[in-house]
Amino acid sequence: MKKNRPVLAIVFWVLVSFLTLFPIYWLFVISVKPAVQLFSTPDVILSDPYWGNYAKVWGDRLLRSYMVNSLVISTGNAVLCTLLGFFACYALSRFNMAGKESLFFWTITNRMAPPAVFLLPLFLLMTQVYAVGDFRLLDTRIGMILVYCTFNLPFAIWTLRPTVDGIPKELDEAAYVDGASAWKVITEVVFPLCRPGLAVTLILTWVFAWNEYLLAATLTNFNARTLTTGLSEYVTTTGTEWGIMATISVFTLIPALIVFGMVQKHIVTGLTFGAVKG
Amino acid sequence: MHSNRLGWILLAPTLVILFFFGVLPFVYVVFVSFHSWNPFAANPEMIFNGADNFRKIVFDAEFLNSVGVTVTFVFFAVVSELIVGYFLAQAFMKEFPGKAIFRTIHTLPLIMAPIIVGSVWKLMMTPSIGIIPHYLNEWFGLSVNIGTSSFAAFATIVVMDIWHWTPLVTLTLIAALVSLPQDPFEQAQIDGANKRQIFFHITVPMIAPAVVATVFIRLMDALRTVDEVWMLTGGGPGSATRFVGVHIFREVFPKTNYGYGSTISVIVLYLTIVACWLLYVTMLAPRNTKKD
Repeated sequence: MKKNRPVLAIVFWVLVSFLTLFPIYWLFVISVKPAVQLFSTPDVILSDPYWGNYAKVWGDRLLRSYMVNSLVISTGNAVLCTLLGFFACYALSRFNMAGKESLFFWTITNRMAPPAVFLLPLFLLMTQVYAVGDFRLLDTRIGMILVYCTFNLPFAIWTLRPTVDGIPKELDEAAYVDGASAWKVITEVVFPLCRPGLAVTLILTWVFAWNEYLLAATLTNFNARTLTTGLSEYVTTTGTEWGIMATISVFTLIPALIVFGMVQKHIVTGLTFGAVKG
Repeated sequence: MHSNRLGWILLAPTLVILFFFGVLPFVYVVFVSFHSWNPFAANPEMIFNGADNFRKIVFDAEFLNSVGVTVTFVFFAVVSELIVGYFLAQAFMKEFPGKAIFRTIHTLPLIMAPIIVGSVWKLMMTPSIGIIPHYLNEWFGLSVNIGTSSFAAFATIVVMDIWHWTPLVTLTLIAALVSLPQDPFEQAQIDGANKRQIFFHITVPMIAPAVVATVFIRLMDALRTVDEVWMLTGGGPGSATRFVGVHIFREVFPKTNYGYGSTISVIVLYLTIVACWLLYVTMLAPRNTKKD
């Protein structure tokens, strides 16, 4: 039998944790250095932090509007995907519709396709076809909320399905016998019971939308630009503003970290797409 | 009350959104791929040109190079992640103080946006300000420059991917290892099997489904890697790190060559489907047929 050697295990894991955390720590170090100090000998230990970059990013009206866009788009998308995903799962779980399993599988395939493939058609459709009068979907928040559904809606359906399937049908039937309408059964009986699953779905879809870059970079140019695209604007051929870039990264990272803390226990099933039952 | 009509009504918004933003773009990209179309060229009209674009792509050295780069990257990244992830998962199977905290720390990279990961590694690797090239030079006399050395840039992206995604492999393998029954292992020990025999004849076959699922997820994600590479190297130096996604992003928009760009998109989608299908058939299907 193997002996447990806790000291060795702890030393090993401290080392692994150091490797994991160091890049994040370094990001923070760069964000609190004035530009002139960047090119001197890199110090691993942080001394005398400089908060000028944070003041600059927070004070920049353009970047603040990017932050608002990011917030609106990811929140709108997460709420939309979670609600529609819940309705779809309820339909898949309670009704015997022809071909529903194929439909379920088809929704998932939407997430598998590489987004780069859809950049061009989405760009063309949103500039030319999806337009009413002068209104075009390109570079609008609502447009981005809908585009993000292509990867978040399948994810929401995939993660919510077991939750909705797990609510006994007898509960619905009992409510119907009591004279409740279908809408009442869905919103007042089933929905509250699914709350834990809904919360995890909401948060994970929020993080995915918050983190998205490629589609936002292509399908927005001013009005609906997000924080992740703002980041790449500080990398130019003439010279990169490293401190600002690091600070925007920190601003983008913090909300995701907070949200991660809330669902940390459930993240395995979420991120692995339910492939392995944890 | 239980009519299927209500079911379809509930499902309708999902189907409508996925139709307009999933199906229609797909149909549209296939349609455009058979045309020559550059709206900013001398002749901005969309002209049907049959299979010309597809003929062109077979001899397009840049595109073929990007496929080669992607496949090499996926191979090295996914194999390393499996090996490292397996050892870390095994290490997590033992009890030690602070296990929960270490596991939380290990999971952190997973929620980071790929573009942030790219910027973090850019800050560490850029020659003038990065800490890694600085100390590699000071301690070992190595000069590492991801801006000029193809190997350094490619290796950095592989290491970055390992840093970012190994936690996912670890987590899925932990889930698989936890659910393993203990009997076969005890039986094998009683029968005098050595560690290597136990690993290859009991552990590997039993966690194989989880490993395949993990490889599947990682393969799909690795094939669509764009953000972090775009941030870190922009596809360079030269075309050393120009993955297919980066290739599309880089070629299609500045050149506004919509027709040929669509053809590249269609081919990339096709290759992705084939890669996933091949993996599924070779690794999962034999197992299923045996069971039946």
